[in-house]
Amino acid sequence: MDVFFAILQVASLVLILALLYRPLGDYMARIYTSRKDLKVERGFYRFIGVDSGVEQTWQSYLRGVLAFSVVGLLFVYLLQRFQAVLPYSLGLPAVPEGLSFNTAASFVANTNWQSYSPDLTMGYTVQIAGLAVQNFVSAAVGIAIAIALVRGFTRRESATIGNFWVDLTRGILRLLLPLSVLGAVVLIASGVIQNFNGFTEITTLSGGIQNLPGGPVASQEVIKNLGTNGGGFFNANAAHPFENPNAWTSLFQNVLMLMIPFALPRTFGRMVGNHKQGYAILAVMGTIYVASLTFLTLFELNGAGTAPQLAGGAMEGKEQRFGIFASTLFGSTSTLTSTGAVNSMHDSYTSLGGMMPMINMMLGEIAPGGVGSGLYGMLVLAIIAVFVGGLLVGRTPEYLGKKIGPKEIKLASLYILVTPTIALLGTALSFAIPAVRADVESTSIWNAGTHGLSEVLYAFVSAANNNGSAFAGLTANTPWFNTALGVAMLLGRFIPIVLVLALAGSLATQDKVPATAGTLPTHRPQFVGLLLGVTVIITALTYFPVLALGPLAEGLQ
Amino acid sequence: MSSPRSGIPHYWVALRAMLVLTAVLGVGYPLVITAVGQLALPAQANGSTVTVNGDTVGSALVGQSFSDADGNLLPQWFQPRPSAAGDGYDGGASSGSNYGPENADLIAAIEERKAQIAEFNGVTPDDIPADALTASASGLDPHISPEYALLQVERIAAERDLAVEDVRALVQSHIQARDLGYLGEPTVNVLQLNIAVEALKA
Repeated sequence: MDVFFAILQVASLVLILALLYRPLGDYMARIYTSRKDLKVERGFYRFIGVDSGVEQTWQSYLRGVLAFSVVGLLFVYLLQRFQAVLPYSLGLPAVPEGLSFNTAASFVANTNWQSYSPDLTMGYTVQIAGLAVQNFVSAAVGIAIAIALVRGFTRRESATIGNFWVDLTRGILRLLLPLSVLGAVVLIASGVIQNFNGFTEITTLSGGIQNLPGGPVASQEVIKNLGTNGGGFFNANAAHPFENPNAWTSLFQNVLMLMIPFALPRTFGRMVGNHKQGYAILAVMGTIYVASLTFLTLFELNGAGTAPQLAGGAMEGKEQRFGIFASTLFGSTSTLTSTGAVNSMHDSYTSLGGMMPMINMMLGEIAPGGVGSGLYGMLVLAIIAVFVGGLLVGRTPEYLGKKIGPKEIKLASLYILVTPTIALLGTALSFAIPAVRADVESTSIWNAGTHGLSEVLYAFVSAANNNGSAFAGLTANTPWFNTALGVAMLLGRFIPIVLVLALAGSLATQDKVPATAGTLPTHRPQFVGLLLGVTVIITALTYFPVLALGPLAEGLQ
Repeated sequence: MSSPRSGIPHYWVALRAMLVLTAVLGVGYPLVITAVGQLALPAQANGSTVTVNGDTVGSALVGQSFSDADGNLLPQWFQPRPSAAGDGYDGGASSGSNYGPENADLIAAIEERKAQIAEFNGVTPDDIPADALTASASGLDPHISPEYALLQVERIAAERDLAVEDVRALVQSHIQARDLGYLGEPTVNVLQLNIAVEALKA
């Protein structure tokens, strides 16, 4: 009976996403291919000094991305450092340097890792004018990069790949902002708070004292999900009743997280002029999503491990209104996109259950991945897959009419090496440097033994892949983690962006080659299987050893 | 070839863009949403507070503790789940325990709760549902399972000199079905149930 409800829950999510796939995907394609500017956009371009009619080379596009992100980094950093003099700061002091850097890096990199407890650290002004603004703009940057890569495939002998400032502006004004306004109203109607009340002291029914928090939560909650950011207004994130009051809002937040990443394959298919190419990408994303969700749900339902067995179920760190099914659905969605929000505590999952969010992130956030980053990550893997396919038959690989030559393969190979290198190096250094190790083991790790290794591994995998969720027992507000994770998030975000834009530039300069009898069709089930296989094998080969030391060791003992 | 008009460097464009976007997204947008919430949906926007005789006693969405100042469970009230938020149901410090499945402290805590709840309610340890033994993700879970609420009926009836059947009927009427009939789990809101049981004696 319970399983029936679980299936119905997933079915309704799939139905909603299926209904959105075409209209939202087509709408996004129109946004990024339209030649017309809105009046308000023209005013904005004039003010910032941009000619929207002129396109950029990939190098110029990249300079725009980096300049914008550096300015964003400084903005968020300074807002935190000056918190004490900002209005609506709830009497909170300035955020310390290390934590300010980590948080600024985190929100600019679309990660939303939180080394801090928001309840005790961030006032309203930093949240709305610093963090929530980055929730919008970092998401718009991600989509812009994906669109630029798609343009690389659609252009012929072109030196340019679009205009970053136009893509950024349209993504915000035509997509993220209108959807956020609608979504925020739905969330408030369902119980999410939206006020500037601060804390209200009340006398409880039994005569105790409780401080009820306030805050502009709904406006931030919606974009945190829609932009696959994930940073909670409160420490408990989407488990907090004021962020996620009931099972309906939890499902709605799943929709918000998934709608753009799952509709982008449609945008891709439309822009390259072949919807079947979009369906092939969608099929790979969907297959991984359903498989991963099924595994996590079975592990949590099974409730293996000493504590869950003793309690009679894996309910530690889960809310009663969500139970197992709405918790595993949210956990899967949040880590398969690069959101990283939680409505249950992953640190308290069963050993093998806790491994699933890690695997989701290790896949590189591609099923469906973050807004934009999911699509460009998957397209890079598709390039690897056609290359592997080409090797098998001894033929120069092509994808969407573009030759995949040595340059493209080098860029794609570097791309898939970046995040594993950062994640594994960061984890290894945490234990290899004696002074760091002592600090990590005495201060940061919350659960002893193999689970402690999992906490550190989870942190670096999450940071490098720009997810932002955590095995939250880890005390990450230390000089080592604030610095190392901050650097990991920035490198994990921007090195791949450099490579993807270089790839886009390289592809755009090529002419199209006509498909022949020897061309590997990339819209058939055969290619879906190949791409799926390449994705899983790359991840498994990279991460299996360290998983064996952490969650597998704990779960199989 | 460059998109900023000739001579304008990227970082200058970026700075201006960030200023405008901060004004629009960081000030205008949240204020508009707040205005909509406060004007059209004030009850929800302000935290779905619950009042008894004109006094606000809490939020229907946020759990609260029914313990005395020393942390002892008060027997005349339906008890919520264990909480890891501060010293328990601290509205300013939402948090789960983050204990892993093999954590010795968690295992000890569950054993202790099992014995305590069994004695407190006069039931056998095996009858206690999982939600009663585990801390929630937020530490502010307002709900317990219907099983845990029903398990507390006899204790409440005895403490308050009420008929067991009346209290059981009250709990039954406070069981909230899954959202839309199929989302999440059935729940009992502890605060609302306790308000109702307090009214029952009158």
